[in-house]
Amino acid sequence: MFAPDLPPADLPPPGLRTVIEMNPMYLFRWEEPQQAFVLLYPEGVVKLNGPAGAILGAVDGERSVADIAALLSARYGDADLSSDVLEFMETAHAQGWIRTKS
Amino acid sequence: MPLWLVLELTYKCPLKCPWCNNPVDFDKYRNELTTEEWKAVLREGRRLGALQLGFSGGEPMLRPDLEELVGEADRLGYYTNLITSGVGLNPQRLAALKAAGLKQVQLSLQACDSELNAKLVGLDVWAHKIAIAREIKAQGFPMVLNVPVSRFNIDQTEALIELAEDLGVEYLEFANLQYYNWAMLNRSELLPTREQLARSEAAVRAARARLGRKMTIYFVIPDYYDGRPKACMNGWGAIHLTIAPDGTALPCQEARLIEGVDFPNVRDGGLDWIWKESPGFQKFRGDGWMKDPCRSCDERAKDFGGCRCQAFLFTGDAANADPVCSKSPHRHLIDAALAQAAERGDACRAPLQMRARQTEGM
Repeated sequence: MFAPDLPPADLPPPGLRTVIEMNPMYLFRWEEPQQAFVLLYPEGVVKLNGPAGAILGAVDGERSVADIAALLSARYGDADLSSDVLEFMETAHAQGWIRTKS
Repeated sequence: MPLWLVLELTYKCPLKCPWCNNPVDFDKYRNELTTEEWKAVLREGRRLGALQLGFSGGEPMLRPDLEELVGEADRLGYYTNLITSGVGLNPQRLAALKAAGLKQVQLSLQACDSELNAKLVGLDVWAHKIAIAREIKAQGFPMVLNVPVSRFNIDQTEALIELAEDLGVEYLEFANLQYYNWAMLNRSELLPTREQLARSEAAVRAARARLGRKMTIYFVIPDYYDGRPKACMNGWGAIHLTIAPDGTALPCQEARLIEGVDFPNVRDGGLDWIWKESPGFQKFRGDGWMKDPCRSCDERAKDFGGCRCQAFLFTGDAANADPVCSKSPHRHLIDAALAQAAERGDACRAPLQMRARQTEGM
């Protein structure tokens, strides 16, 4: 697997109200043999842990970071997840997996 | 789990690159797998958990069933990568591959001008490569532009970055040659000098800072200039599986050059047995096979002792440490090759031995 040393993202990182979409270069899907969500891209694979998979699974190009946090809080009965979700989105954005809209 | 499956559909290729990683006696292997045999490999690979699939060669465009195999692979859920010289690719076949589900194209380019490119690959195909690169982007594929780097083109690093920007590729890969098979035959002519490498690396660093996210530049170092070996294939039989044109299953594309290892063939056994149990794949798995200095080295879990092929080529024993490692008792052999490169400077003088069918008596 390639481990590119990537340059910093060009755009400012997302905030709570930023709407998030997937970078179309990455294919996100469940992989049965891995029992994990994965991101597939040219000549590369990222295996995601449970929370990362759940967050990216909620990205639909319309929801904001806060919307996604609220959705996951409701789904898993957790307290406010917004700081966790925001932190992950910052990482995902730096990796180029997601793009910010609006 | 073989996350990476590479199908070398054929060893045939119209180009004559003098660094080709196909065997020097490639012409000996003529009984290519049939369409149905390749499809069985695809099904069994997917059951083993393979995700990334490379269609390679030789030149995979020479297989008329490529579109059919891509379609089957896509249906099975692979992320499909086409690794091509671009020769044999045209807008119609590209559209058919897109329709079949192809996800990505890796196109090779050897120079930023037609003349040097023709000298390096033995055919005047530069203009076609550029045209097909634009067509690949026009049809909406993500694209890796792969530049095999040698003394001949390393001084074009900056110009190649500008060309890649102009083509709008997402990934530019400077693949410094790794010296096996044809590249080994031509090593004294191909190996760049340390000064050339330093200039090239500086150009890549500057471009990365300038380009940010627009384009990702991979820079595969020539391991001779490193004091530690590459973590070759992430370890033998760890995540990578190559199937050669005749069905031989290999832990890496070069592995069949190692003598004395019995590599299994998909015509003789299922992929599940090949991957999990065959002696060829067990041979250098884990670290039980290691000798000193690897056996007692605290970096053995990081680099797995380096490359088995390189150990075999230099020492005659694939279980020795990769000779590029500064801890290897054979490191002086690598240093001798570097000293020779330094002495020769960056001039390109001697004729290259181009990839060709071996003739009787050779």
